[in-house]
This record gives sequence, structure tokens and C-alpha cells, in this order.
Amino acid sequence: MTTDPTGTAPTGTAPTSTVFEYAPAPESRSILDLKASYGLFVDGEFVDGHGSSFKTINPATEEVLAEVAEADDADVDAAVRAARRAHTRVWSRMSGSERAKYLYRIARIIQERGRELAVLESLDNGKPIKESRDVDVPIVAAHFFYYAGWADKLEHSGYGTTPLGVAGQIIPWNFPLMMLAWKIAPALACGNTVVLKPAETTPLTALLFAEICQQADLPPGVVNIVTGAGGTGQALVSHPDVDKVAFTGSTDVGKAIARAVAGSTKRVTLELGGKAANIVFDDAPLDQAVEGIVDGIFFNQGHVCCAGSRLLVQESIAEELLAKLKTRMGTLRVGDPLDKNTDVGAINSAEQLQRIRELSQVGEDEGAGRWSPPCDLPERGFWFPPTLFTGVTQAHRIAREEIFGPVLSVLTFRTPSEAVEKANNTPYGLSAGVWTEKGSLILHMAGALRAGVVWANTFNKFDPTSPFGGYKESGQGREGGRHGLAAYLKGGDL
Amino acid sequence: MPTLTTEFADVTGSEASMRRFLHGLPGVDQVGAEARAASLGTRSIKTTAKAHAIDLAISMVDLTTLEGQDTPGKVRALASKAVHPDPADPTCPQVAAVCVYPDMVAIAKETLGSSGINVAAVATAFPSGRAALDIKLADTRDAVEAGADEIDMVIDRGAFLSGRYLQVFEEIVAVREACTREDGTAAHLKVIFETGELQTLDNVRRVSWLAMLAGAHFIKTSTGKVQPAATLPVTLVMLQAVRDFRDSTAQMVGVKPAGGIRTSKDAIKYLVMVNEVAGPDWLDPDWFRFGASTLLNELLMQRTKLTTGRYSGPDYFTLD
Amino acid sequence: MSRVDVRKTYKLFIGGAFPRSESGYSYAVNDAKGKFVANAALASRKDARDAVVAARKAAGGWAARTAYNRAQILYRVAELVEDRRPQFVAAVQQSEGLSAARANAAVDASVDRLVWYAGWADKLTQVVGNANPVAGPFFNLTTPEPTGVVAVLGPQQSSLLGLVSVIAPVLTTGNVVVLVSSHDRPLPAVTFAEVLATSDVPAGVVNVLTGSAATLGPWLASHMDVNAIDLVGVAGDPALATDLEVAAADNLKRVRRAPAAEPDWTLTPRLDTMTDFLELKTVWHPMGV
Repeated sequence: MTTDPTGTAPTGTAPTSTVFEYAPAPESRSILDLKASYGLFVDGEFVDGHGSSFKTINPATEEVLAEVAEADDADVDAAVRAARRAHTRVWSRMSGSERAKYLYRIARIIQERGRELAVLESLDNGKPIKESRDVDVPIVAAHFFYYAGWADKLEHSGYGTTPLGVAGQIIPWNFPLMMLAWKIAPALACGNTVVLKPAETTPLTALLFAEICQQADLPPGVVNIVTGAGGTGQALVSHPDVDKVAFTGSTDVGKAIARAVAGSTKRVTLELGGKAANIVFDDAPLDQAVEGIVDGIFFNQGHVCCAGSRLLVQESIAEELLAKLKTRMGTLRVGDPLDKNTDVGAINSAEQLQRIRELSQVGEDEGAGRWSPPCDLPERGFWFPPTLFTGVTQAHRIAREEIFGPVLSVLTFRTPSEAVEKANNTPYGLSAGVWTEKGSLILHMAGALRAGVVWANTFNKFDPTSPFGGYKESGQGREGGRHGLAAYLKGGDL
Repeated sequence: MPTLTTEFADVTGSEASMRRFLHGLPGVDQVGAEARAASLGTRSIKTTAKAHAIDLAISMVDLTTLEGQDTPGKVRALASKAVHPDPADPTCPQVAAVCVYPDMVAIAKETLGSSGINVAAVATAFPSGRAALDIKLADTRDAVEAGADEIDMVIDRGAFLSGRYLQVFEEIVAVREACTREDGTAAHLKVIFETGELQTLDNVRRVSWLAMLAGAHFIKTSTGKVQPAATLPVTLVMLQAVRDFRDSTAQMVGVKPAGGIRTSKDAIKYLVMVNEVAGPDWLDPDWFRFGASTLLNELLMQRTKLTTGRYSGPDYFTLD
Repeated sequence: MSRVDVRKTYKLFIGGAFPRSESGYSYAVNDAKGKFVANAALASRKDARDAVVAARKAAGGWAARTAYNRAQILYRVAELVEDRRPQFVAAVQQSEGLSAARANAAVDASVDRLVWYAGWADKLTQVVGNANPVAGPFFNLTTPEPTGVVAVLGPQQSSLLGLVSVIAPVLTTGNVVVLVSSHDRPLPAVTFAEVLATSDVPAGVVNVLTGSAATLGPWLASHMDVNAIDLVGVAGDPALATDLEVAAADNLKRVRRAPAAEPDWTLTPRLDTMTDFLELKTVWHPMGV
């Protein structure tokens, strides 16, 4: 295949092997001071729960990382009481500028302890250290910085200045710390106090965040962290003294929460599932589109509610694009999340791995063409190779159901209207992607797609100033930006 | 002239078809390309991989002096350094080539002797390229006759920017013909784009294809006389171009970023990019070069650090 | 000998047409003093289903109108209501038992409310949208968009001002409406529908069902092709309101909860009357050469 067209002799004395194997580049765990067990964080202190406890493991090795308390109804009640006291006596009375300084302080400590947070996040979640280090933690710090500045400027928000009170917040396992920041930063900036429940499989960075609250001398009770599973979440949602419920997670649980708060005065924001279309037109910047597709579905192992899990490619370039995509997928490095060169880490849990396997099997059974690059997966831990399915149609389950893993369904279209029709043909409406060099087509598509976030010629970008949230069954309300304040202010139903 | 597939045979037939083809190439989104380049730059190359990369990088250096003040003495010194980059360590690889002005080719050739190191000469009214074609061709022939193994030509950026693509194309074809020696062999042709003047990545992609269609053996970013010189995003687009060109024609073309690459860390970032974008086939001095002068000593210092375990200093490396 | 008057038949308004109820049922409507006025069509769940289909069909076109055009059309509706003042004053008097002066005031306020909302059509995007200064080379803009098909359980008491106050904000934001009118005071709603039919509001953009919110509400609340629901019509019935909110969760409808009692419609509305039925869309695009 390769030819030297002139026959001129090669020069230099290159190393004998041209194979450029990257040596292991593990991030050190020594920065962490992991305890064997963790209690709940209530009223500024770590306390033992009344309930039982559960183990949280490293999904890359199945090693037990720590034992964590499971908050029962009484624990949740204590946390809500602490939050109420802190709200009434301290936080709602404090001036916005003073609240702001606490938030700035927290933002700074997050930066200072960024490496520690990143390592712990990768350990507990399985995501690559390069993502926790370069994406998650910087966004977390930026989020606190952004909302810190709002705390004394709420009269300009358009939503008034009156907080709701106590917010019950439940976050998922895919971006444990980032989702915590998206919940806590705006809530505190607006003068609310919070009780936050991290996901069962990823509680550790939230508990480290609790330490950061102590380090920042945040008044006790302003932030409370209750660890646990579904039961703990239910207790929090249904607690009568919670004024606001903020949830990120599955659409099924989101619906259950909407039912649970029906008839109450509780305000609710929900960030739920998605099945985003990533639409590539024939005049797209192809190499960047390939990167966008890869970022869209393999970022964070595809454990992303706004993942571009449906690739809609214009038929005329489908073959060319797929060839490039496969080549690119072949360079993805799957493995040890703590290795700085890992692109795709571990699936977060055995349960999630099972779901990904099942749905992929369904894809195969339904006749779609399954492909993964050659890829050595570690023996222990939960792993799934980057995978794509070709020949997928809207009728396939893998084109309709959220897989929440590194699995891409490839569909084709012929015209812009067909692309819109297929993209919108889902009960979800969180995000969408469009790739074309034609400006007017971008704006047309951006208008026609029923999704809360449209990434044009880019994908999976997040910023504290930019509102995020879904249409239809992908949720209600927005997080981020000025609009994110609406969820935590009395005038926020504007 | 390499045989191009029929897909491209009619591309070069007219100004209009050339324009249609170049403007029909997929666009390059600058932000996305820069993000990809930056992301590749975060690869962590340690221990054995680093040692391998540094030796590879040394072997890819086109050790360059292109100054008005160049003298035979300076060129001899540079050529000696090319052969023995680290006189204290015989395991240190030698560089790929020495790159000089045409009037210094004979001196360089004589000093390099049978080392196997090539002499590259810049030609075609380097660095501006502002001369009549006859003069550019004479410049080229002169260098080839003096013994140059490789010619680094500059394109007519003015013609390119004013859309006279066919003129640029034909000039490259003519220079390539001028690279042919009496015995029928030919010097390798590197085509310098001066991407700092072309500015957009769309232009970089178009000019890469134009040069490859015209028969370039190597495509090269810069003269080193214009800022910015080589950058990772520009090199990324050129690596994508040679990759795509091989996919279409089964022919490999080399890539040479030149100017501004000063540290080992930078060099390794380029090698990572070569590895992951064009592919491992390009990890070879035949297919990838660094146009640089100060980079070599930085690579040597890092090499010594790896072999001795302590940081070295500039006094321990030759300044030539 | 007196002339035999020709009595009006009040029908439903679905997809721009005035059908009788699919079920064939109607019910007696009395005036405020309990005297029979007319029969109104008793809308069934199938009428509600048909209305949703008609609304969905009209949704894309209405949302795609320019904001300026929607403003003009709503202003035109205000002109037509003004034009029919005596008819509306009489209808409101009859339904609500108001004095002539108060009925006049209600009609005045209704026209003014339509004008107020008409003006919002091309301003709301500017008031609730945002350019966002993200930390990177990206253009980033957040704009509101209509949520789609909105089921409105109309107020039971305020037959015209309340009615206009719940329909106009949904229309001006580019949404389409399936309205369940006041059960006991439905006739102004039908007359208003006749105004809409002769205005420039496209067929299907507003659909009016006369009948019972308690009967129709659950079907609309659970309908998977309805995007939002306004529960003001069941104000004062928290058990029903809760049931409807639970049903609405099936497809995560945007819910405008029922207040404890019907609000004072004479107050200047808040923006949430409109923003409750809006989605926010954020578009990113790189900025480069």
C-alpha cells in the first residue's frame, strides 16, 4: 500500500520499532485519604445513620472503596430539620454578598483540591481521569463561581429575590460531582438550604464535598448530604417540609416524583433521559463531525442523558463517514480510568452493564449490524467496548430506548425534513446535534428540532452560563445560566 | 508523476475543475479542529514510550539553518552535529537531514559524507516565493545539481489566495520535474505552504490536496520566517489530508511541520498526533519530519534525563 | 301576535368547524337566575380526542407564524370582540348575572387583555431569552419556544374575562389550545369561538369544548399528545386537581396548578401565564474562521 515514489533512500536511524505504545501513565491515588466508612452529613457534622449501610465499589476493579450509611426516614427528617433551621435562622437572613463569599470560597477549595476530587470521582464512578480532571472538576468549580456572583444580584435576575426554602435534591451516578454543583450552587446562591442525596453507587465525592463545606466554614445545616438508595430519595421527595424537589435521573423516576408531589405546593425541576439525534449532513466538516459523534456517545462511557445516541447521517455520505468513524473508534483507549491516556473507562455498575448488554443483544436480534473495534477489556470490573449498530431504523428498540452506554445507533436520512422528522420522533427532547457548513440550514434545523439544547457543529458542551434541560419527557425546568435561578426563587415561575 | 486514480485525473484539467474539487472538500471547523489537537496534546507519554518518542523525534529532525549570515563554517558545524547529535552517546540516533540554502548544499554534502543523512535545500525564491517561474526552476536545478537530496519549495501564496489554483499546481509540477537528476533519479520534493499566510484551516486542507495532486512527496507547514509557523491544528489538518489521500490513491505523502517546535513536549505531542490521526505508518523519518534548529538540543537534554535520571543543562550539549 | 324567535344552537368548535358533540348529548344552560337559556353540546372524551388531533395538526403552522403575525391576529381578535360588544355584554350579563355596568367593564377588560397579550407575541423572546457568555469560542443563545398543545380547563366563574385571560397567553406564545369551557357558563366561550372562526386565527389553533372539566379533564390530563395543562378550571377542588396532576405525569406535561380559588382576573397578569407554556432552547455554535 505504501510506496516510495522516487526510490530515494530513507535517511536517519529511526528506532527499530515504529509501534508507538503508550506506557501506563497512572494518576496516583496517594492524594486520597479514603476512610473505611462514612456517615451522613447533617447540620455540619458527620453523623451515624439510623439505618443500615452499603458498600460503594470501584467499578473498574470491583474493589470495595468504603462503607456508606443508608439514611432512613428519621435521618432524612433530621437533615430536613437541620436545613429548615439553617434556612430560617441563618441563610435566608444573610445578605446576598455574604452568601456569595461562601460560594466563592467553596469554588476556590474545589480548585485547590481538584486533583483529589478528580481521582475520587474516577475511582467511584469509573470515568477516565482525563475527563474528571479536565471536564467534571473544572465545570464544578466554574459553576460555583458563576452562581456565587448571582447571590447579591438576584434583583436583576427577573425572578425576584425570595428563596423557596428547603430544597431536596437527588442526583445520578453519571456526573456525581457535576450534578451536585448544578443543584447546590444555584440553590445556595438564591438563599435556599439543601438536603442532597447522591446516587447509591457514587456517594464519595459528595461526602468529600461535605468536608469542603466544613473547610469553608459554611454555616451548619445549609448543606446536608444523605446517602442511600431509592427509599432515601422517596423519603426526601415526600417530606412535607421540603419546598422544592430537584431531580436528575431516569424518566421513570422523574414521573414518579411528578406524581408524588402532585397536589402539593412543592416546586419541581426534572432533568431526565434522552435519545438525542446527532444529524450529519453531506456538507458537514467531516473530521470534526467524527469527533463530535465520538464525544457525543463515548464521552463518559455514554452515561450521559444528552448523549448523541442516534447518529442520523445523510445517505450520500454514510459510507464515507462510517469508515472514518470506525477508524477513529479504533484509536479509543479503553481501560484503567486512572490512566491519563484512557479515553473510555468502566461502566458504572454491574446492573448498568447488564442493561447495556441486554439492549445490545436486542439490537443484534432485531437485525442491526453490530461492530466494535478490537479492544482488550480488563478481566475484573464492568466493561463494555465502544459499539455501533448500523442498519438501524426508527422501529428498532435501540433507536428508541435510552441505553446509557457506549452504544451508537446509526440511521440514515435523505432530506432535511426527513432528518427533522426522525430526530423528533421520540418522547424525549433533551438535546440534538447538527453538522453542516450551511448557516441557514443550521438555523432551520435548530428551530425545527424539539430539544432543549441544540449543538450545531459541536456536541456535549456545557457551561455554567448556558441553560440545560429538556422538552417533553426529558424533563422540566433548566439548570445553568440566568434561567437556572428560576428553579430556586419564588418569582421563578416566570 | 504518480498515477492518480481516475477520480482525480480530471480535477487538474482546468482552473474551474480544480476549484470545484478543492472547494468540494469537506470544510474544517476551526474550533473543533483546535479542540481535537488540544485533546491529543493531553496524552501522557512516560518512561519507555517517552524514550522511544524522543529517539524517533531526533531521527525525524531536519536540522536547519536558513540565515543570511550562514557561512561554510556554520553549515559544517551543523552537519557535524547532525551526524553526532550527542558526541558523548553513540546510541543517540542521527537526524534525518540538514536543511540549508542552495548555495550551502555542496558544503553540507561534503561534511555529511556517507552518513546517510540527506541534504535538503530550500528553493524557489525561499521564503517569499516572489520570483519568476524560470528563476524558481533555476534555483531548484542548481540545488539538485549541487547534490541536494530533498528540495523544500515554497508555493506562490499570492496565486493561491487569489484563487489561481491551477497556477500553483502547475508550478509545483514544474518544480518537481526540475528535481529530476541526469541519471533519472530525483530529489524528494517538499512543498511549503506558509500556513501562517494562508490563515484558514480550509485553505490548509485545500492546499494540501493541491500539492499532493501535483506530486509532492512531503507537505510542509512553514518557512519558519512567518508567524505563526507550525501549529498542532494546522498539522492535524495536513495529517488528515495525507491519510485521506492514501485512502483514495494508495499513495503516501509525508508531513513536515516546521518552525516554532522547540520543546520535547511539543515534539511528542506531534508524534502522538501522527500516531492517532494519520496512523503508525507515518511514524518514520521517511514520512514525518520536524523542521527545527533548537529542538534538537531540547530532545537531547530530555534523552539524557531519561538515561541518567537527572536533569541536564545546556552546557553539556553542543551549540552549532 | 309576537314573532316566533329563532333560537341559537350552541355547538362545539373543533378544527375550525362547529360540530355537535360526537355523543349526541347536550345539556341545559341556565342564566344566573336559573332560567333556561339554551342547550349546549356536552363534549365527550371522543370530542376531546378529536380536538387534540385538530390542535396538533394546527400546532406547527401556528408556531411557525412570525411573532408579528401572531400579534396582528390577536389584535384582530380584540377588534372583533370590541365590534360585538353588545352581544358579549349581554352574554356576560346573562351568564354571570352582572349589572350592565360590570358586564361592560368585563368586556372592556377582555378586549384590553387581548390587546395586552397581542403585544407580548414579539417581545417575550427578548424578555425571557438570553445570550449566554460561555467560556469558549461559541455563540450561545437561549430562546423560548411554544411547548405545543395546551389543554386549558377554563375558569368556571369568569365566563369571558377569565376565558380570554387563559386563552390569549397560550396563543400569543405560539401554542394551540384545547379549551374546556365553564360548565355552567359556557355560552360566551362559544360566542368567542364564533369570533375566532371569523378572525384570522387558523382552524384548529383554538378548540372549544363545552361540558364538564371533571369528565373531560382526566382524558386531557392523561392524553399523551398533550404537552401542557392549565388546571384553573378545577380551582377549589384539590382532590380532582391532584388526580389530574398525577395523570399529567404520564408524559410529564407542564402543569399550571389549580389555585385554591379562582383568581381575580382584573389584576394585570404575571408573565408565568405565558412562560408556563414555553420551552427554553439553547443553541451552541462554534465561532471560528
